[in-house]
Amino acid sequence: MSHCEPEATGSIATGTLHVAFVGSPNAGKTTLFNALTGLRAKTANYPGVTVSRREGRVDLGGRPVTLVDLPGTYGLDAISPDEQIVADALRGEIPGVDRPDAIAVVADAATLERSLLFMADVLRLGLPTSLIVTMTDELAVRGGSLDLELLAAAIGVPVVGVIGHRGIGLDDVRNLLGNPEGWTSPVLPPPAESGRRSAWVASVLRSAYRPPGRDRRTRRVDAVLLHPVWGVLVFVAVMLTFFQAIFTLAAPLIDGLDSAFNSLSALLKDHLSGWLGELLGDGVVAGVGGVLVFLPQITLLFLILTVLEKVGYLARAAFLADRLMGRFGLEGRSFVSMLSSFACAIPGIMSTRTIPSERRRIATMMAAPLMTCSARLPVFTLLISAFVPNQQVLGPVRTQGLALFGLYVLGAVSGLVYAGVLNMFALSGSAAPVIMELPPYRRPTLRAVLLQTWDGAWSFIRKAGTVILASSLVLWLMLNISFGTPPQGLDTVQRDSWKLEHSVAGEMGKGMETVFSPLGFEWRTNVAVIGSLAAREVFVTTLALSTAAESENSLPARLHELRNDDGSKVYDAATVAAILVFFVYALQCFSTVAVLRRETNSWKWPAIAFGSMFVLAYAGALIARVVVHAVT
Amino acid sequence: MKSSRRVVDGVMALCDAPVGAVVTVVEVQPGPHGQGRRLEDLGIVAGTEVTVERRAPLGDPTVYEVRRARLAVRRVDALLVQVAVGDAAEGAYVAL
Repeated sequence: MSHCEPEATGSIATGTLHVAFVGSPNAGKTTLFNALTGLRAKTANYPGVTVSRREGRVDLGGRPVTLVDLPGTYGLDAISPDEQIVADALRGEIPGVDRPDAIAVVADAATLERSLLFMADVLRLGLPTSLIVTMTDELAVRGGSLDLELLAAAIGVPVVGVIGHRGIGLDDVRNLLGNPEGWTSPVLPPPAESGRRSAWVASVLRSAYRPPGRDRRTRRVDAVLLHPVWGVLVFVAVMLTFFQAIFTLAAPLIDGLDSAFNSLSALLKDHLSGWLGELLGDGVVAGVGGVLVFLPQITLLFLILTVLEKVGYLARAAFLADRLMGRFGLEGRSFVSMLSSFACAIPGIMSTRTIPSERRRIATMMAAPLMTCSARLPVFTLLISAFVPNQQVLGPVRTQGLALFGLYVLGAVSGLVYAGVLNMFALSGSAAPVIMELPPYRRPTLRAVLLQTWDGAWSFIRKAGTVILASSLVLWLMLNISFGTPPQGLDTVQRDSWKLEHSVAGEMGKGMETVFSPLGFEWRTNVAVIGSLAAREVFVTTLALSTAAESENSLPARLHELRNDDGSKVYDAATVAAILVFFVYALQCFSTVAVLRRETNSWKWPAIAFGSMFVLAYAGALIARVVVHAVT
Repeated sequence: MKSSRRVVDGVMALCDAPVGAVVTVVEVQPGPHGQGRRLEDLGIVAGTEVTVERRAPLGDPTVYEVRRARLAVRRVDALLVQVAVGDAAEGAYVAL
């Protein structure tokens, strides 16, 4: 599966001038990049790897220049996959991608000393290099000062200052980037050995720079947010608000989209006769629509995460959770990835790229699918509302809500333990250092927040248009190609039901009964489990389809009415408990498997995840069924 | 400069420095996984002043202020940094 966009890759080969932006995370690199390229930037992936770069072609004084925004990095001795890409790109070691013609190092004025250590390494690469110093306004407010001309003379390269979010200094940057042939270069490359490198930085800064005073505002906020008591309370409150917002604010939008897709599906089936209408209506619109309805929820999740990240809180959350995560072989940043996985494991897994340690990165990716993603929610909601009596427990807390919360906790705790067990028995290799920067608290610009949220939402839409579209079509075919002809005298609904029972999927469902009958799953459940392989929420639509012939009642009522040959209920409490637990553990999601394959670059980890989570799901469901049987 | 935990008055590993202390880096060891180089990339080199700001509520990691940046470092990684505190800091700095 290649996400390489032809336009983006093509532009690299055409011979226009390429200037790469590099710098540490939080240096204002992306803000500056967005200010220069506007909305013309494209996100593309490097061939063969999954680290994305943003590229934008701009016109600088009549000359077309392609700007490339590389991931944030602290050094060229890379310790994370993201950083490796930066090092390889700057050295021209990525096959199929030209080496940039020039490098612009972007540095935050407040932490200029550290950025110049990195600058020293970049200068030794021998490419034309310039320095763009951002947030000079913050430097002045905190009592520091910087003389750009003196600094340029001391380093031997051009230096410009910019306040990216206010657009001040952008013209200087444009003039600079349009003419790298005119850039000066140092007479001697800076030293490599760390002591002498540090001395070099001190010498070039000596007369040009006065470092800022301490950031009092950030420290005052941190005195509360990192406090042993208040900090933990705020942390819990932020997490509760996060979940509450995702599930309540998005609900009406999800319902609206759902009915829109249903009408569209019905419209297609009414106006296009025969199999084409059904293919488009049931296969394409219902299949892809069933997933796209979660777009509001996922967009909201990205929005909240983007705001928390840009304000600087996610770094604090990672700091607070680090020790706890460490017990399970994980780290603070794993917590952030797992938080994203509550909407969808895919962005969660992709966000592990900033985790330097391969070992902790794999542990985090493997735990991510056990977080209760939004696709499980329709399944849980259907079964809980149909089978769990809604009694009041305490105040607003009721049994149904408690049951749902219990499933979330079961998933999260299992994910941590799973990571811990993997770390102990299956993972080896070095644990790279855990060093996280706590950036100053900043108010993000609306534009930056919206751009990043859109990036996340768009990758989800793209997934719906490719993987999910393809699997919906395959599933539709499996449900609609049937063996034999239905007996005479059946009405339309009964015919559909007969056809489904004798379809490829129906026969597979019956074949699976030997394996799944201990869990109480009969063929309808099995077909729905097959369906859920495309996306978990397809379970609900498939179950609706396969029980449609039983009666005109609603789906929950039909589930109650279904009887086995001996007259017992097909869906009794024990079986429902087994299905719920099965869905907590099973990795029935092709997209997650595909992303695990891409991100780990091997089939080993997705195979282990799929196999072991199936065993957990089966064993857990069996235990749940036996226990519920015993108590009811 | 020789490796770890030599008995020098007031010289200790960074992770053992108390909260609130302002210390001076004496030496950064390379470490088994190249952590030392990363600490140096972040500006923690011999002679650098480091302020121990606060520990996480669960005791680890610790926030350090280095060259106006604030870094959270786990105990196991801060163990690689030898620092001098108080009077020893003056001596260590002169010795460089």
